[in-house]
Formats: sequence, C-alpha cells, structure tokens
Amino acid sequence: MADLVKHADEIKVVSRRFGKGATNIDKYIELDGYKAARKALTMTPDAIINEVKTSNLRGRGGAGFPTGMKWAFVPKESAKPKYILVNGDESEPGTCKDRLILEHDPHSVIEGVIIAGLAVGAQKGYIYIRGEYRYLLTIMQKAIDDAYAKGFLGDNIFGSGKKFDAYWHTGAGAYEVGEESALMESLEGKRGVPRIRPPFPAVVGLWGGPTVINNVETLASVPHIILDGGQKFADYGPPKNGGTRLFCLSGHVNKPGVYELPLGYPMKKLIYEVGGGIPNGKKLKAVVPGGSSTYLLTAPEAEAINLDFDSFAKTGGFLGSGGVVVCDEDTCMVKFALRIMKFYQHESCGWCIPCREGTDWLKKTLIRFHAGAGVKKDIDNINYLAQNMLGRTFCPLGDAAAIPTMSIVQKWRQEFEDHLDGKPCPYENKGSIPEPAFA
Amino acid sequence: MFSEQLSKKFDKMVTNYPTKRSALVPMLLFAQDEVGHLSDEVIANIAKRVELTDLEVRNVISYYSLLHTKPMGKYHVQVCTNISCLLRGGEEVFEHCKQKLGIGHKQTQASGLFSLEEVECLGACSWAPAVQVNYDFHENLTPERMDKVLEQYAKK
Amino acid sequence: MADTPQLVTITVDGKQIKAPAGTLLIDACKNAGIEIPSFCYYPGLSLQAACRMCVVRIEKMPKLQTACTVPITEGMVVTNDSDEVRQARKATVQILLGNHPLDCPVCDAGGECELQDMTFTYGAAESQYMETKQHKDEQQWSPVVYFDRPRCILCYRCVRVCGEVMDVWALGIQNRGVSSVIAPNKGDHLECEECGACIDICPVGALTSGTYRYKTRPWEMNHTATVCTHCGDGCKTTLGVRRSDTGTEIVRGDNRDKSGINGDFLCIKGRYAFDFQQHPDRLKMPLVRKNGKLAYATWDEAFDLIGRRFKEVRDSQGGAAIGVIGSTRTTNEENYLLQKFARKALGTNNIDHHRTADYPAFAAAVAGKPELTASLHHVEKSPAILLLGGDPTEQHPLLAERIRTNIRLHGGKLFIVNDEEIKLRRQSKSYAHIPQGAYAKFFEFLSGTDSAADQLTTAGTKKDQLLAMRELLRKEDDLLIILSADIRGKDIATIVKLGQSHKKVRFMMLGDYANSRGAADMGLYPDLLPGYTPVANAGAFSEYGANLPKSAGLDTAAMVEAGRSGKLGALYIVGANPFARYNVQPGQTAKTFVVVQDMFLTETASMADVVLPSNNAYEKAGSFTNTYGDLQLLKKAADFAGSKSDFELIVRIADRIGFELADLVPFGKGVRADMGQSRGAQSGEADRHEIWLIANKYEPKMSPLDPSAIFDEIQRLVPGYDVSRLNLFSGNSVHSHATGKGTGAQQNPELIWPANDTLFTSGTLGRYSNTLNSVMEKYTGETSEVMAD
Repeated sequence: MADLVKHADEIKVVSRRFGKGATNIDKYIELDGYKAARKALTMTPDAIINEVKTSNLRGRGGAGFPTGMKWAFVPKESAKPKYILVNGDESEPGTCKDRLILEHDPHSVIEGVIIAGLAVGAQKGYIYIRGEYRYLLTIMQKAIDDAYAKGFLGDNIFGSGKKFDAYWHTGAGAYEVGEESALMESLEGKRGVPRIRPPFPAVVGLWGGPTVINNVETLASVPHIILDGGQKFADYGPPKNGGTRLFCLSGHVNKPGVYELPLGYPMKKLIYEVGGGIPNGKKLKAVVPGGSSTYLLTAPEAEAINLDFDSFAKTGGFLGSGGVVVCDEDTCMVKFALRIMKFYQHESCGWCIPCREGTDWLKKTLIRFHAGAGVKKDIDNINYLAQNMLGRTFCPLGDAAAIPTMSIVQKWRQEFEDHLDGKPCPYENKGSIPEPAFA
Repeated sequence: MFSEQLSKKFDKMVTNYPTKRSALVPMLLFAQDEVGHLSDEVIANIAKRVELTDLEVRNVISYYSLLHTKPMGKYHVQVCTNISCLLRGGEEVFEHCKQKLGIGHKQTQASGLFSLEEVECLGACSWAPAVQVNYDFHENLTPERMDKVLEQYAKK
Repeated sequence: MADTPQLVTITVDGKQIKAPAGTLLIDACKNAGIEIPSFCYYPGLSLQAACRMCVVRIEKMPKLQTACTVPITEGMVVTNDSDEVRQARKATVQILLGNHPLDCPVCDAGGECELQDMTFTYGAAESQYMETKQHKDEQQWSPVVYFDRPRCILCYRCVRVCGEVMDVWALGIQNRGVSSVIAPNKGDHLECEECGACIDICPVGALTSGTYRYKTRPWEMNHTATVCTHCGDGCKTTLGVRRSDTGTEIVRGDNRDKSGINGDFLCIKGRYAFDFQQHPDRLKMPLVRKNGKLAYATWDEAFDLIGRRFKEVRDSQGGAAIGVIGSTRTTNEENYLLQKFARKALGTNNIDHHRTADYPAFAAAVAGKPELTASLHHVEKSPAILLLGGDPTEQHPLLAERIRTNIRLHGGKLFIVNDEEIKLRRQSKSYAHIPQGAYAKFFEFLSGTDSAADQLTTAGTKKDQLLAMRELLRKEDDLLIILSADIRGKDIATIVKLGQSHKKVRFMMLGDYANSRGAADMGLYPDLLPGYTPVANAGAFSEYGANLPKSAGLDTAAMVEAGRSGKLGALYIVGANPFARYNVQPGQTAKTFVVVQDMFLTETASMADVVLPSNNAYEKAGSFTNTYGDLQLLKKAADFAGSKSDFELIVRIADRIGFELADLVPFGKGVRADMGQSRGAQSGEADRHEIWLIANKYEPKMSPLDPSAIFDEIQRLVPGYDVSRLNLFSGNSVHSHATGKGTGAQQNPELIWPANDTLFTSGTLGRYSNTLNSVMEKYTGETSEVMAD
C-alpha cells in the first residue's frame, strides 16, 4: 500500500477521501458519496454534459481532451448499446495516481461511471484495471458488490427505475492497452492492437456501440463537479484548464509523492517547495513533466513553466499524465534516453513498421552508444529515426517514443558527444539513492 | 482442471459481456494464478469456454507480458527499473536480486522457489524503487530492504 | 439507378480525378493511374494501416494520412509526390531493411518482390545500422507452405486471406513489438486447406511454396494463363513454365493478375497440383500389345494398327460393334470431334463418358429459358443463395469462396439444405440438416406441403426451423439456386419449376471434373448429340450425313459389358479409366480391340491393345466449359516430348482409317479461327507468322490439327455456344446456354457417379500428383487411391 503525503498548497478534491476508509461504502456515503449520482438522476443528460463542460475538465490520462465535449460526441440515438469504459490501465512511466484513487476511493469511480452513463444514455460500464494492480481489483470487486447491494447499481438504481450495470475487468500487462482503442480490443478479449480511427469510440466503440472512454481520475472528478457545480471546479485552475490534478512527483526530490494541486501550479514550487527540493543539494538537470511520453524540460525551462495544458501547449509540448520525474545534475541523459526507449521497445504492439522497427533500432543503437561504442553518425541517426517515427505511426506510442528521445538528443547533445570514442559513461557510479522523506 | 470456485467464476464472467471472448484476458490471468502457468491443457480448456481456437488464445496470451506458458517460480520477483525507479536505485536492486537469487532476467531457480524479471513501470513511481513479488508491492527499497523481502518469502 | 454512388472530384498532385464518394483514396488513385505504395493494403481484405507506406499529405489534416483508410470527399486536395511524403516512405523502407535479410539473390521473390520495388523507388539502399539482424531458421509448415521468418515484414495479408477469404483462420500473430511473428495454428505446423493463398499474397519472400522454392527465378519463366484442369469450377491459373529435359515443365501456378472468374483465388490443386505433368510414369511412346505384352512402338506402327482394326470392325460388323468412351478433362473441341468421329467416321452412337451430374435433365428443365441459368459471375452479388446438397468447400472451392465473398462484402444471404454438416453452414443465414438424400421431400415441403417437414427433421433441425427457413426463402425475390449432383432426373424439373415462383431466379448445376459440362454439352451420350439434341431428331446435325445412326447406342456400363462378352469388336477410350470403375480384370476384354489415349498406364490403359500417350489440358489449346456453363479458353503452357494432344490423335486415327479429314475438321475455311492466340507460351511466334502471312498477302489457313477450326463448327451448330468470340479470345469467360430441346439422356441414375473428390484428391491426376499425395499423407496417413477418371 502506497504512502500518502500532504502539502499546504494542495486542494483536495479527488483526493479528499484518501486515507479516510472510503472503500467502505457507508463511510463513502457519509463523506457525501453517491449524492452526485442522485443529483444527476434529477438532471437532463444535456444538463449533466453542460455542467462538465462548464468545469473545463480535461482528460487526466495524458491527452487532455475536454471531457464534456467527448461525452457530447456520443449520438443520442443508437441501435447498439452504449458503454462507459474506465481506463485504469495506468502504465505511463512516472504515473501512479489512478492507483491511489482506486485504492482509497473506488466508489468515486463507480459514481463517476454512473453519472457518465446518465449523461450519454449508457446502461453498462466497465472498469478496466491493469493486471499488476491485482489488489485494486479485489477492492473494486467489493465496491461494485456493495453498490449493487445498496441498489446504486442494478435494474433500479437509487429507486429511479433506471438501469445501470458496472463490471470490473483486468488487463494482463501491456502499456499499449492504455491507448483507448487498444483498451477496447483488450476488453473484447483480443490482442491490444489499436483500431483505425475514425470511427471514433464515441460513435463505434465497444462491440460496435458508442463508447465513452475516460481515465480513472477524470471520472473520479465528475461527482465533485456535479455536486459542487462545474464553475467551482473550473475556478481552481486557470481559464480552460479547470480543476485540480494529481501530480505524481518522483525521481530526485526529497519528498516524492502524489499531490493534488490546482492546474497552473508552478513547476518550480512543485519541485522545490512541495517536493522539498533535490537531495544532497544537487542541481536540477532535467524534468519529465508528465510521464515518459512528454518532451523533457531543461532546468531553466522547468523552473519557468506552470503546470497546465495551455502553458505547455504554448511551448510546443504537452502536460501529459501528471507524472513529474525530476533528474539531478548527475543523471546520465544517454542512459535515461536508453531506459525510456527500452520501455517503448518492450511495449510496442508491433502493428506498424515505424514503431515496431524504430523502437528496436533506437534501443539497440542506444545500448551500444551508452556502452561507449558509439560513433558520431549515431547521434544524428538516433534523431533521424525518432523524427521519422513522429507522426507516422499507427497510434501515439510511436510519438511517445520519439518525443523524449528527440528532446534528449536535441537538448543534451553534448552528453552524447561525451560518450564518444570509447569513453566510459561520465556519470557512472554517480547515481544516488536518496532516502525518501515522507511527510 | 480448475477449482470449482474458479470454474464458477469463469461461468459468471463470460456472461458479463456481449461476447464470450471478452472475458478471455482476465480468465487467463486467473487460470495462471491457480495453475501456475498457461499449459496446453489450460489453453484448450479456456479456448472452449470462450469459443475460440487454441491459436486465437495463444495469439492473445503471447501479447500480454503477465501471461506465461512456461512454469515460473513460486515467487515471481519483478523489479522495476523504469525511469523513476532508475533514478532511485532500481538497477542496484535488480543487480542485488540477481546476486542473491543466483538467477538472471526471466530465469527461475532450480528449486522453483524464485524467478526473476526486470519489468516495466509498476505504477509505484513516487515510492520508487519498487518490486512486485507475485502481486504484492514492495516499495522504497534498498538492497538491504530487498534482502528482508526475499527472506520473508523464503520463510513462507 | 438510385444506388449509383455520387462522383466526387479530388485533386492529387495537381491532377483532378473523379471517383464515387466514399472510395478509399488509395483505390481512387489507382483507378486514375496514380500509384500509392502499400504493403498491408489489399483490396477486399480488412484495413490495417500498419505498413505506413501509403501515407500522403491531405490539406487541412494535421499529420500525414494513410491513403488506405481515408474515404475521398469532394474537394479533397492530396499530395502524393513531395519531399515530405517520399521521405516518410523512404524511412519506412530503410527501417524495414534493418532486419530484413538481404538475400534477394537467392530469394524466391527476388525480381517480383514488393519490398525490392519500394527500395528501388524510394532509394533506401544505404545501411544505417551496425547491430546484427535478427535471424531465425526457415520453417516448413506443411508440404506446401514454408515460412522464412526474417523476411516477413508483418503486413498481415496472409493472416487475413486465410481467415477472411478462406474462412480457415489457420494463421495468427503472436508476441508483440519486434518479436511479433506470424504463427501457424498447430505450433510448428499448419493444419489447413493448403490453398497457398498466403504464399501468393505475400509481398516478399517470407512464405514460399514447396513446389517452387529455390527452383527458378521469375524472369526465367514464361507465363501462360489457362484454365485449371481439376474440378468443375474452371479457375484461371497462370502457369509459369520453363524449359526442361522433356519439353517445357510447369514450375508454378497462380493467378496474381486476378484475371479470370476466380480473381486471385485458387485452391491447392490449381496452385500446386500441376506436377503430374512431369511425373516420371508419364508415357513417352506409344505402346502396342505384342505377344500379350505391351511394348514400345513407333507412332506409325500404332496408327496403322488402329486404322486397320477400326476399319475392319466397322466394315465387317458395323459401327454398332465399336464403342467410344470420352473424357471429362479433354477440351470441348476434342469432345466434339470425338463424337463426330464416332458418329460420322465410325458410324456408331456407342459413345459416353463418366457422368458426374444430370446435365441433360438440367438442360431440359431450363430449355428455352437461358435467363434461368447462372454463370459463376452471378454468385458474388446474388442477394440470396439456396444451396441444395453438395459440399462446395471440398468439391467446388471457387464457388465456396465466391459465396463467402458475397456474404462478407455484399451482404448476401445463404440458405443451406444438406444431409451433411458442411463447412459453408458457418456462413449461412439459415441451415437445414435433412435426412440422407431427402431432397425430393424438401421440394415437396417447399411447395407448401407442411406435413413433408415431419420427414425432414433431424437432431439438428426441427420443424419450426424448416418453417422459418421457408418463410424467409419465400421473401427473396432474387434467388440463386445451386443444385448438387444428388439432385437428378425429375427432381431437377420440380425444383426448377418451383423456383420460378420467385420474381427472379437462376440455377446452377454442380458436376465434377474440369470439363464434365463440356463433355455433356458436346454430346458424349449414346442418345444425345451436342447441345442435348436427340439422336432420333438430329436437327442441325443432319449435315453429318445420311449415315448418322438414328437409334441410341450403348452407355459406358453396357459398352464395358459388351467388351467383356466380346460383343464389341473395338473400344476406343480417350482420357478415361472405366475399367477401374467397372472392375474389369486383365484378359476379360481379350476379344475386343482396345485403344486408350492417356498420360499414364492406368488400369484401363494397362489392359489395352494400343496405348497412345496424350497431352493434358496444360499442354494444349482449346476450350473448357465449367459446370456453370462458363466457356473459357485454354492456352498451351507446357510440352511433354513424346505425347500428342487428343485432338491430333483423333485426327490421325481418322486419317488412317481413310476418312476424308475435311469432312471431319472444317480446316482451310478462312480466317475466323484462331491464329495463335490460344497457343499461350508459344503464341508470339504464331502471331508473328500470321502477321507475315497477311503482310505478304497470303491467306492464313487452318490445319486439320488446329482445334480452332472445329470451334467454328461448334459455334455454328451447338445451341447456346454462339457466344462472343472476341470476349472469349481476350481471355474472359463467356456464359454459354446449352439448353437443349431434348428430354434428356437415358434415364439411368446409376450412370451418374459423382467424383466425391476432396480438396486433396483429383481422380487419376491426383494419383500422379506428388503434392496432393504428400498433403494426403500428412492428413490421413495414406496416399490417394481414388478410383476415378
């Protein structure tokens, strides 16, 4: 069970029930649970969607697509059943927030699913949890059973005469399945290979029916939005970047942990104040701002940016999944690039040529390069390979592999030069294992 | 092949979806948990339950990294060395496990007690470095703490 | 028409093209002559967007788009040729070549490899990497299929063609990422229909065939498109031939250019079972029985003997003492010539063949209404199909594929009534499993007798299912009814009459062997002249002369019996093996002079007095009529030294009995006939010869050995065969309508012996095909011993 942290700057919305025993349905109800679902039952679907639109809630999985708009894409009439699918396949390196929500507040996800169902006219919801999170599946199974027992799920939810069923589902180890169309394939019992889009899931999704796919954190935010009003949620963050967000701080910081902060929070404060700074008084070298798929930031870039979608968009990057990984001055960026590529090579589904072959050649080249057998041409070739994956692959995994690689080669080229001519890695044995300091 | 309880669970699971095969991935994982690995017999049995060919089931199994067709150790030690863990000593923990267990990546001890695997991000980044033994998380590890974890399993 | 799709205009590289809205961009461009490269896209198969070769820039879209997944819309502006697009494609090829072995000089696909073509087009020849390539040894998956894994570029065409087109689903994708691999259904080997579609569809040399691998290079072959000589479907197969010690050998069969009624479909027989052509047991010289034993003889010796003996028997005992048995694998021209020779030169109606379906009854049932007959072309888009009996998957693989394609791409509905649980039921909307042979009872039920249903139910089919099926069927106003050979005689008339209650209905009749229909149409019956014309009322065939016998002759069974009893003076058997079927033992026909034309020393040939080595269908020109009545041209692909075509053999025998050849073959009568178009691999020379003749103001004339000469007569005299010659000679299939006026052949259902071939057997040809035998051995542990023609 993961440790919890706290900081004075936090605004606890999604995390407000963490550590309060809310896995118990009665405790959850006591803490205002299922009030939002009851309220939603009195609202029209359009009103629910409008409330979510007002909140400026954007997808918390990493892509940041406006949730209300996503829901509005679902056709009102459909010959096939509609579905809500919760993406709990959290696997983006640096990201460990959905795990906390599912561990501490599973009913908030169920409630979010019910509300999404009411908004789009779906009567079934599936909660997909990654295979490694087995203990969370047990928690979720119990939560669903309890919700049925209370009549919150089933043929007559909250006595409204409406029907809604929720099911748990588990993956079995595949990062790619976090991509929404691959997630559907996996749920349908297939290999997690993404689908061709269009059609988009909102029109043709699970088993051919219109499907809303939302991240755990996104759906866990929904009950708060419905209960307290979208405006209140929106006001937590800067314009168009509504709400708070769980930031997963990891790497070289004194106080790693998952902190709920308003969007727009300065990265500098996150690292130095919330995270307690870098251990052993070392200097900052690089920051992965939102999971391993994002453009890495240099220290000056990181210290100047605010954590919201639009601030990142302005710099040509993106906010990502909330996984902030901090690297100190002794981090070898070549090795870091290699480790990232090793991950994408392992997780590439293999469907399309540029990603399947590109990640493999990048990994092989980086292994050789880091081992000191690199030649100058390799540096350009690494960049060339990544560039030729970017925007060319079947799904965003190719981009996710290309982006950090390109940003590392471009921003820390000198470190690559330092590995040339058989020189040993200049950062070898400089690694530190600081003791985490939990609040 | 499976315990009565698991059989019943499977019977229920295939009804949770519009198509039987939708239950496939969880079924495979649960079957592996009970039997130890996905043997030919397990594959044939599950294929029948979800009305697929053995080939289709194998296609799916080979896609997911948690699914194995060969026996693993009783305790499968999975060490994350992805970025957050890397920065906090994940590789050292992995190296330590190799030494301590006398086996390498994706290897199993002759006794069948432990097997070892270097794995990708486990979702424990803020509590890095992390290891999963079977499904149990062990976090904020150092080589010394890892020893205690291994001892704890060896004693079980 | 209301459903004519609206044309839209798009711009590709500044060029405006028009295509129906919704067409995929890649197809719209292809139809306009603009090539967009692709590995994974294949028309008719599900979309993959996996290879990323077809990326193009489309205005107003953020990234490069895959042309294989984008339907065109009005005003779309596309860039297919730009630095950006070329670079993207180049990078993809470069990265593929990273692991792809550079063994082009030994690879089967070298010279016709799509990856090679792309490498040349996009110039990705420079090596970027230092690491070693992944290597795995080649695997043999079946006698037919080999897999060279490192060459695989994972386009998934094989997986899709096997599953989606063949409904076999024997191939899968395993592992992920760079470890992804195509895997066969049985771990290290395949269990499938061995059709080889996966091999032909492979854009590189990853899947290769047991018959062709490492044998030759594509440019060393000549290619001739002809018609498969196995089942009655008449697939076009393009044979790759090469010089050999014995003439020209066939090394490959495929239909990659998708010409012909089968598109690119072929079954194992069409693709690989041509190896009988080079079988070591083939006869290379005539054999004449001397002192009780067959011994080699010269052609002159053999022809002299035959001519003398045939003449003797005819002149002393009359034509009725001679029997003639024709073939289901010889051409229409040969069959026509054979019956004309029998009737006109030998003066006998004792002529028959191995009947596999009741074509005369079918012809009678649809007489005068050619619109009731269906071509194979009708299958793909028929809104509804009723299949009565038969197992097309095994016996008519092309028909089965067309039916499946209809259902998959055009949404047709399939109704099946069968006494077996045939594989096609997986595609059926409604399937009735009825008791053995209860088809007549089903027709009774169909006509409205509800009580008949009580005798139609089985464990799998209840009465309410039958009622529901009939209800659905009645709603169909455009129906295709397929009759298996189990439906014969008056049952055919019944169902044809019943079927006409539908607004629109067509019928087809299933028979076996490549030219069974042709044999029937060409009058290889003791009581029917060509076109099912009764011998008693010869009509147009009166021109054969006054000596044409008027009464029906002996059928095969009677001829064999008469041979045994010595009542027949001579028996002339062309490409058939009746002695095996009727269990004739050596010595039993000693009193009859037996002449056999065949490729092999079959049971029948081994008992003959003279055996003439003949060519097979791949070694001659002519035409075949498939079981649906589709007429197609055969072109000569291969040669086998020491053998002659049946046509030539018949003509030479006629010559030796002193018959005036001009009365048999209307040669020298002008230029309407073929001057070489039908000669396949050899056509270039013949065409040049014709040009020379015309240029020098000579009139090209036919020789009596040219089958095209008699095709003129067939077209002139055989009802339903006066089809477009231009179309036929361009290599297309043309539907004939041999719907005779006659009442049918001698009503003797015992004479109809369906071949009951499976996918892996093919009568005598199958016995001499090592490929089919090795596959048979794999699946059953024994080789083919099917007693057949």
